[in-house]
Amino acid sequence: MAEVEIKAENLVYGKPRLITDEVMHYCPGCSHGTVHKLVAEVIEEMGLEGASVGVSPVGCSVFAYRYIDIDWIEAAHGRACAVATAAKRLNPQNLVFTYQGDGDLAAIGAGETIHAAARGENIVTIFINNAIYGMTGGQMSPTTLLGMKTATTPYGRDPQLNGFPYKIADMMAHLDGATYITRQSVHTPAAVRKCKKAIRKAFENSMAGNGYSLVEVVATCNSGWKLSPVAANKWMEENMVPVYPLGDIKSTTLPK
Amino acid sequence: MAKIKGTVVVATERCKGCGVCVEACPCNVLGLATEVNGKGYRYVKMANPDACTGCASCAIICPDSCLVIYRQKFE
Amino acid sequence: MADKEVKLMKGNEVIAHAAVRCGCDGYFGYPITPQSEVMETLMELEPWKTTGMVVLQAESEVSSINMVYGGAATGKKVMTSSSSPGVSLMSEGLSYIAASELPCLVVNCQRGGPGLGTIQPSQGDYFQACKGGGHGDYHLIVLAPASVQEMHDFVGLGFDLAFKYRNPAMILADGAIGQMMEKVVLAPQQPRRTQEELLAQCGKWATTGKGERKEQNICTSLELQSELMEKINERMQAKYREIEQNEARWEEIECEDADYIIVAFGSSARICSATVEMARKEGLKVGLLRPITLYPFPTKPIEALAERGVKGFLSVELNAGQMVEDVRLAVEGKAPVKHYGRMGGMMFNPQDVLDELKDKLVK
Repeated sequence: MAEVEIKAENLVYGKPRLITDEVMHYCPGCSHGTVHKLVAEVIEEMGLEGASVGVSPVGCSVFAYRYIDIDWIEAAHGRACAVATAAKRLNPQNLVFTYQGDGDLAAIGAGETIHAAARGENIVTIFINNAIYGMTGGQMSPTTLLGMKTATTPYGRDPQLNGFPYKIADMMAHLDGATYITRQSVHTPAAVRKCKKAIRKAFENSMAGNGYSLVEVVATCNSGWKLSPVAANKWMEENMVPVYPLGDIKSTTLPK
Repeated sequence: MAKIKGTVVVATERCKGCGVCVEACPCNVLGLATEVNGKGYRYVKMANPDACTGCASCAIICPDSCLVIYRQKFE
Repeated sequence: MADKEVKLMKGNEVIAHAAVRCGCDGYFGYPITPQSEVMETLMELEPWKTTGMVVLQAESEVSSINMVYGGAATGKKVMTSSSSPGVSLMSEGLSYIAASELPCLVVNCQRGGPGLGTIQPSQGDYFQACKGGGHGDYHLIVLAPASVQEMHDFVGLGFDLAFKYRNPAMILADGAIGQMMEKVVLAPQQPRRTQEELLAQCGKWATTGKGERKEQNICTSLELQSELMEKINERMQAKYREIEQNEARWEEIECEDADYIIVAFGSSARICSATVEMARKEGLKVGLLRPITLYPFPTKPIEALAERGVKGFLSVELNAGQMVEDVRLAVEGKAPVKHYGRMGGMMFNPQDVLDELKDKLVK
């Protein structure tokens, strides 16, 4: 049987141009890498490489600036939405987005995130919800599920001791300034395709000046969850998705 | 009858052997090599190259952008 | 030349006018007594309609300083203003801004502390401002205004120094300077930089979006490799030596023949200048050295006075004794250095200072 010739006309899919050659430090199978790829693809397809400024706060993805070839501002833990607010208001012609984990966005940065949405800032937040603090070694975060074992809930999250997980995306749907809020995932090819569409819609929403967009990606943390990548995807589908249902939560325009 | 065939080119030094693509492939084309790359990861390779249709599911889900997919039509 | 614009204005209000007129691009702040008039005035002026300046009330001082950080990263001329407790909340942000080598301006209209304290004037944040309130080895360039005119002038000067050295600058005022009204001459309106001018000035580092640029600009203070982190620190320290060498500013009132020197800044200096006159009338040769930059501290002139044989120094501050340490370092034991101060928002009068000077220094 003839071999497929490796040549341009036959190319179907490859590494996006804006993904750098640096091998990512993320653990094998980590969702971050997949989402980085989608962000890079959408920026390139929208021709915004020269106008993009990403804000990467403390967390596993603080090194995003090594992997996506655009301008970046590294932010203090929790403050990405404040940093992005100013970067966008001072340069409205730019695409400005934050890329935050659940600890950064829903714990220390809850205030900044909610107020940026309430003000209707024309920024996008890519919110990776893997229900754990990855970089610091797998501690509980605000979205850690009840009963879930982490470095700081070694016997499973107990509401008496650690309170309840909360759905910040649904909370933020009540803010008039937030016009597009969606929850996606990247654990199957179909999900990845949907997630890319959502990111594209969010970026377009932002560039059209239609207020704040939040793309939550329910994601995995293999090392924190102590599962293999394939098992983690499965565990996520069975445990995370029921608590954080996928799909658009809000898609509207700013109230007049 | 025309046949579409695909092939997967792997950036072996970039692959971490996470196996997510192996799981995602609808035609069981992929498998982890017994050899390892510079970091000691068993990188992915085509175990059944003929079964590949070039659908790119593997490349789409790959977290490390390691896979490049080519597709060709054969009469 | 158009005749000068002379106004009668509060210190806080003139900060707003000066910001708009010096081509500031953005102000991000949060209400706190005794300096809320800065943002109120900016909101009344609506500079976004005239110069295009952004003015935004944030949800906290933590958010404000991080907005300043975000704006500074893009090369824009950005600032905030607050008061003691709020500035405490900005400490982490200031450390990030210094470590990322970004220019910005922060106004601290000090109030009596610690804790919630009072809203009356104080100089109790000297250590926080000059010794670095946040983590790590860094300095703010600290300017101490003693009049409403200096509040106006130091906005432009603060930005110039911040951009010259790519380092945060602070105007360390207090509730008295902020709330008092005085005659002030306003600078003419300076246009904001165009994006081309900004790129020419800051294009090598500012995160403006790549545009035609090939390499990414990355604003970060993260460096996990110790060898590289030390290099970054060494580069910062070299900058601070340069600032100490070139940017110290002070004023000397009747120090040439003085036997005793009062060292005082801001509101305290205003009061002590009367003490100098009172002392001179009694035949007591007293002079006043007023630091205008608190960092870099005017060590050299104080050293020179000590060399000349001044019999004693009195550091007069609205706190429990902070700048006195820097005066002692400069005098290096050549003469006695004492402190006199009031706290909690209380202020001394010229006679109090003279009595203390006689009691502690004049034998």
